[in-house]
Order: sequence, then structure tokens, then C-alpha cells
Amino acid sequence: MKEKINWKEVLLQPIFKGNPVTVLVLGICSSLAVTVQLEGAMVMGLSVIIVTGLSSFVVSLLRNSIPNRIRIIVQLVVVALMVILVDQFLKAYMYSVSKALSVYVGLIITNCIVMGRIEAYALGNKPIPSLLDGLANGAGYALILIVVAFFRELLGSGTLFGVRIIPESFYAAGYMDNGLVILPPMALIILGLIVWVQRSIQKDLQEK
Amino acid sequence: MEYLSLFVKSIFVDNMIFAYFLGMCSYLAVSKNVKTATGLGIAVIFVLLVTLPINYLLNEHVLKAGALAWLGPQFADIDLSFLSFIVFIAVVAAITQIVEMVVEKFSPSLYSSLGIFLPLIAVNCAILGGSLFMQERDFVNVGEATVYALGSGIGWALAIVTLAAIREKMAYSQVPAGLRGLGITFITVGLMAISFMTFMGIQL
Repeated sequence: MKEKINWKEVLLQPIFKGNPVTVLVLGICSSLAVTVQLEGAMVMGLSVIIVTGLSSFVVSLLRNSIPNRIRIIVQLVVVALMVILVDQFLKAYMYSVSKALSVYVGLIITNCIVMGRIEAYALGNKPIPSLLDGLANGAGYALILIVVAFFRELLGSGTLFGVRIIPESFYAAGYMDNGLVILPPMALIILGLIVWVQRSIQKDLQEK
Repeated sequence: MEYLSLFVKSIFVDNMIFAYFLGMCSYLAVSKNVKTATGLGIAVIFVLLVTLPINYLLNEHVLKAGALAWLGPQFADIDLSFLSFIVFIAVVAAITQIVEMVVEKFSPSLYSSLGIFLPLIAVNCAILGGSLFMQERDFVNVGEATVYALGSGIGWALAIVTLAAIREKMAYSQVPAGLRGLGITFITVGLMAISFMTFMGIQL
């Protein structure tokens, strides 16, 4: 089997055209609750990149020895192992962020992106392309998280990474932070608007 | 009385979907019509109700710091809580498999209506999320964990059935081309979540 792999395709497809969140609707579960602060979103995005990349890599190494019937359990165990590593790392070195992310780090296990990429790509491809595919899909997810978190933190608290962006004179002139943006519902609405923007640019994604 | 308030709280105030976004993937994918949405909702309630008490007992008697003390004093200071993710997900995956087989054996009609959704539930964040929240909140006994499981399951089912009903009606409305399908669904869920936020002020 001498198939030529299009590396550019593997890397760029998941970030824009086949973005796992806005096009494939995967992994929304754990993504929205962590987007109140840009810092938390960054850490979450990085964790997901690492977990998808490494678990795709490991499953792809094992792909010829996993019996088909019990593959879901094997995959879950591999993913859970990676998530435990990430979780312990965060607890040790970034305790405050880990507290803020609470259960959502653990929920990376059931993040559909991880399982989806393993099922769709890693089970049928060599380890290195699988690693890149996992990393790129994680990056597509992280991108959306960061965009949503950017708007939520800027409009909701007037800060980015905890640093005040909107000057005091605005507040003096009567500007107020939008408290609604911090609450969960606005994350969904912002995501809806991102989908709208993306689909207006890429017309072929529109549904009938 | 405590059970009742925990129950109501887990359905409305701490709704799995609207307050925590758990189980969103299947929530968006399977909410195209009311009948299948109801089937999935029932399956989620069922699996939550079985897995949460089991995970609670495992957490209390095996995983927690000092939980192994019943094996003898030399085990008293073992803390296995770093294993909880892997144990919980294994329990969830195993239970869904068993539930699937039992339902298939004893109630073929229920099986044929839930059939395809049962295996999907293993990777539904709402189930694992329920277990992790249970661990974080330190329920005092298995009864509380069970009531919490029932309440959050019902809350999830309620959310998916209402969204499915709205989406069925939405087929008749004029939606801008770029928003059709996914985009408008996100915004609908956002608006529903705003309406659910009115429950937040309730003191129980």
C-alpha cells in the first residue's frame, strides 16, 4: 500500500473547512462552559490538542491488534489514560486553572472529537499521519474555543487574559460590561453566529 | 424533603444541558423529531440511574482517599482518586453494554425503539459528567446520588424533547441561508437556556 498522503490537507482541512465544532458538530459538550475566560479556553484547547494527538497516535499503533468487537472500550481506556496524565499535570502545575475547569478536563474523555477521529482516521491509518490528524483536529477545536472566549471575556468583563482592555474613560462615560455574555446561554448564541459567518463565506456548507 | 429539593434542583436549576452543556453532541444530532428524541431521553435517564449509584459506591469504598480502610489498617492511607476517570468510564461503557443486552433479552419492543441509541450513550458526556459532578459535590449517601441521577436524567430528556418539538415547527419558517440547520439550532438552544435561567433564583 503506497498511498501518497497529502500533508497539507491533513493539517489544514480540520482547522477551517472541516472544523470539528462548527461543521461536524463534535465536541460541543465540554467546550462551551470553559469559554468565560481566555486563559481557561487556551488551557482547555491545548489539553484537547494533546489528548487527541496522542490518543490517535497510540490507537493507530495498536490498530492491528485491537479486536473489532471491543474496540470502543480499548479506545476509551487509551483516551482516559491520556486525560489522566493531562489532569494530573494541570493539578500539579496550574492548580487555579485546573480548579476553574473543574469536571470539564475529565469530560475530554467523552469529547466526541477524540473518539470521532480515532474511529474515522486513526483506526485505518499509520501512526504519524494519525498523530497529525489528531493534533490538527484539536487545533480546530481550540480555535473555536479561543474565538468564543475572546468575545465573551472582552464583552463580559472588558478584559483579555485578565488584563483590562476597555479603558476606564469608557466606563466613566457610561459604558457597562454585558453581564449576560458571561452566562451560559450566550456561549451558544455566539457559536451560532460563528457558524453563520463561516457558512456565509463558504456557501457549499449551507443546509437546505 | 431534602431529596425533593435536590430532585427539583437537578431538573431545572442545574439542568445538564442549559447550565452545563453536557451531552450536547447527541442533543443536537438526535433532536430532529420528537419520537426519537423521547427514546434517547428515556435511555439517558435509565443509564444515569444505573451508573451513578454504582460509581458513587465505587468512589466511596474504593477510590477516595482512605476509602480502602475496610481492607485493613495498612490500606488506610491509599488515595486512588487519580484513577477515577478510567474507572468511571469503564463502568459507564460496561453498564451500557449490559443494559443493552438485558433490554434486548427481556423487552424486544423497547430495544427496537432505543436500539441504536444505547451504544451511543457510552460516550454521552451527560453520563460521565453526572458521575464527575457526583464526585465533586460529595453526596452523603447513595440515596442522594440516585435522586440526583434521576433528576438530571429527566432534565436532559425534557430539554431534548422540547428542542425537538421546536425544530419540528421550525421547518415551516424562513431562516437565512447561512443559519439554516446548525446555526439556528445553536441560537434556539441559547434562547431556551435564557428562559431556563429564570429558575436560577429559586431557593430550595
